[in-house]
Amino acid sequence: MTLTTVLQWIEDTAWSTALRESIWAYPVVESSHVITLFVFLGLTMAMDARLLGFALTRVPVGDVMRRTLPWIRGAFAVMVVSGVLLFATTPVRFSENVFFLLKFAFLFLAGVNVWVFHRRLYPTVDTWGRGDRLPRGARIAGAVSLTMWIVIVATGRLIAYNWFE
Amino acid sequence: MSLYPFFVWCNDTAVAATIRESVWLFPVIEVFHLLAMSLLGGALLIVDFRLLGVGLSNTSLRRLADETLVWWKTGLGVAVVSGVLLFLSEATKCYETPLFWWKLDLLGLAIVFTLFVRSRWTRRDDAAPSLTSRLVGATSIGLWLSVALAGRGIGFW
Repeated sequence: MTLTTVLQWIEDTAWSTALRESIWAYPVVESSHVITLFVFLGLTMAMDARLLGFALTRVPVGDVMRRTLPWIRGAFAVMVVSGVLLFATTPVRFSENVFFLLKFAFLFLAGVNVWVFHRRLYPTVDTWGRGDRLPRGARIAGAVSLTMWIVIVATGRLIAYNWFE
Repeated sequence: MSLYPFFVWCNDTAVAATIRESVWLFPVIEVFHLLAMSLLGGALLIVDFRLLGVGLSNTSLRRLADETLVWWKTGLGVAVVSGVLLFLSEATKCYETPLFWWKLDLLGLAIVFTLFVRSRWTRRDDAAPSLTSRLVGATSIGLWLSVALAGRGIGFW
């Protein structure tokens, strides 16, 4: 059984068809996915800008992160659920879309960045997280996150424009 | 007097034609529009959560508002410029989309609310969130989210 068989099976399920053909559900799911960027990427950008020393420099990094992370996580959950639903409407086409594949490669890298940051730097945030000149590692984590998410939004939006099909 | 001739004129500008005829210009401008929306969202939410009493209570409201203002302006600026470009390329379609008019009304309302109502609360330095400050924060989030939602809706029309 190949991956395409699985994807084709998802596409043939009744609920995938229902979502694909619905007049309201599809736009609602798609809008939730995009509008949640307002919260998810907005607060992530604020956090990254803080790590880079561009903004909120008089607020300790620990304060910014403790207050934004629960919202970032909640919004990310909405993005994942709505994203999975969108994928499930036409999984075969998505899997062949170059922008979709690129988006996932960058998502993976963004995830690695989060993992490294939370393992190596976040536990001691209250010792290094003051002022506008933060340790190199923290600045790199902020820069990588910001770059990755910009590229993820770009490749994500471009999935809809299938120039290479 | 109808605004329709003006929309036709917008639709016929050289900029509009260039965007329409290009395969990649419209999507790329959309990406900038989305990123600007996110930046605007972050700058707003940091302050709105503080107004709601759910965030950054150790930092003064005025300081947060001061530090995020430039980002709010940048986000709004980029969103407006990219938004105008997107609009030009399909101006006559926008004219017939109720959601486009909804979005403009809501955007006007949201900007006026942010500059003239919300700013009265963010200038204060007292820490404790009141019922009114919570209402102001919630209204701000609600207004800007509806602007974004109406905007996304235009594409489905």
